[in-house]
Amino acid sequence: MPIKVEHLTHTYMPGSPFASVALNDVSLTIEDGELIGLLGHTGSGKTTLVQHLNGLLKPTQGQIWVDDLEITQKGVSLIEVRRKVGLVFQYPEYQLFEETVAKDIAFGPKNIGLSTEEINQRVREAIQQVGLHYDDVAERSPFELSGGQMRRVAIAGVLAMRPKVLILDEPTAGLDPAGRRSILGMIRQLHEAGGMTVIMVSHNMDDISTLATRLVVMSKGRLVLTGTPREVFMQQELLQSIGLGIPQAAELAHALIAEGFDLPADLYTQEEVMQAILALAKKEAKPC
Amino acid sequence: MEDTAVTFPLRIQEVSYQYEEEAQNAVDHVSMEIAKGSFVAVLGHNGSGKSTLAKLMNALFLPTEGKVLVCGMDTATEEEVWNVRRHAGMVFQNPDNQIVANMVREDVAFGLENLGVPQVDMPSRIEEALRCVQMTDFAQSAPHMLSGGQKQRVAIAGVLAMQPDVMIMDESTAMLDPSGRKEVLNSVRKLNREQQMTVVWITHFMEEAAVADRVIVLDKGKTAMDGTPQEVFARVDEIKALGLDVPPMAELSVKLRNAGLELPEGILNVSDMVKELKKVLCPSK
Repeated sequence: MPIKVEHLTHTYMPGSPFASVALNDVSLTIEDGELIGLLGHTGSGKTTLVQHLNGLLKPTQGQIWVDDLEITQKGVSLIEVRRKVGLVFQYPEYQLFEETVAKDIAFGPKNIGLSTEEINQRVREAIQQVGLHYDDVAERSPFELSGGQMRRVAIAGVLAMRPKVLILDEPTAGLDPAGRRSILGMIRQLHEAGGMTVIMVSHNMDDISTLATRLVVMSKGRLVLTGTPREVFMQQELLQSIGLGIPQAAELAHALIAEGFDLPADLYTQEEVMQAILALAKKEAKPC
Repeated sequence: MEDTAVTFPLRIQEVSYQYEEEAQNAVDHVSMEIAKGSFVAVLGHNGSGKSTLAKLMNALFLPTEGKVLVCGMDTATEEEVWNVRRHAGMVFQNPDNQIVANMVREDVAFGLENLGVPQVDMPSRIEEALRCVQMTDFAQSAPHMLSGGQKQRVAIAGVLAMQPDVMIMDESTAMLDPSGRKEVLNSVRKLNREQQMTVVWITHFMEEAAVADRVIVLDKGKTAMDGTPQEVFARVDEIKALGLDVPPMAELSVKLRNAGLELPEGILNVSDMVKELKKVLCPSK
């Protein structure tokens, strides 16, 4: 059980005229090895939630455990928390600052006082984990790299802390389709081969539906729905009411059902929907 | 001569652009004529030359070879630079980098002041620009209190107030969430339809390109494809080989056709797909 959130509430600027409740009594357990897709409209509380998970924000009420450590307790070392939970912000490449890629990735491990040998080892490993080659990039300035490569370097900086849980806030924002596919492939690799627990915040239903083992849907600071992508995408009306869409394949299946065609209600991948349509075309019994 | 300047407010003639210290041209002998009132989407992977092309369109960059004509004016003519930028307005990617004032209406006024528009004409122009992007109610608001989509619409209003002939949107929706993207796309599409505003829409989002009149795909600084969205997105394999995607329904329709269903070409969205599937599955209806 790496993460347990209990009755988490967060109010920004409490007691002032601008007070706003960003999280409202959120409870959630995330098991080892899950790949969670965290969905929600802008302002739904997604980012506020993930910022609590690595100790960046303190709850107004409620508790969070990571493994057996209650990170919301007073006096818990933030270094300890960040060794467990790594958070990759939106557009993380804006935070690169060192002269070389290797130095940038080494920044975190150095800060926690690891030996030079250990640091070098971790830098090499992290560069490999994000799909870059040490000899190609280590001594280059991060600012000479392409946008997609810079983003990988920034992610490597978080991986070098060897967290158990990796949180990525909109990791594909602003990338072109090829860059997006390759970052998604890298996340899949970290999860499947590296066995990491991953929480990914995303707006892109098509991306998330192919990747996540479970979806968590937020709206107005509350957790409104959680389940497998198949379960969640059946709730088209609920999702639309909170400003979210569903993958287009699922939308098509639902529209065909509404037209009277006999299709299973829980289809959401393009392949499934295609097979179901081809099966319909062969069948004699049609609604016409 | 006068006529082409009106019917094609943007003409790009054999244009190349080479960055200093780069061996290859970022834009390489590109020619295109953008018709008045058209909505043209430009696609291409990172490094394909899209943004360089955009910057050539309003004299932020000058061609190393060839000519760019904005309403008949050569962008390389030094005295015309401000005129060129008034006729071809540009909206960039990051909404936070484009807002300069503390109040929405002042931000929209900023460009007008720079152009030397008489004070008496400003209020009506500002009002009209804000109305076009449905931001009238926010005229007195502080920009930092707005959502990303709202900020981008303010940036668009700032360009609109200058009454340009062409609007160049350089990945202006890249940093927005899906609803913000929709807001901005709808506002600009409306301006295009109702006021014949010519729009060049540079994007990574295929579903945005799907609503354009014309799609141009760049690769290695050259035009790789040019046609209607229906024509371009029917070429699924080619598009993917260029590092791009096709809208999910375009891809599905090609797969279904290959599997033997008699669907027409050019399906780009769910409602078209439902309509065509009904015809195929229920021929009697």
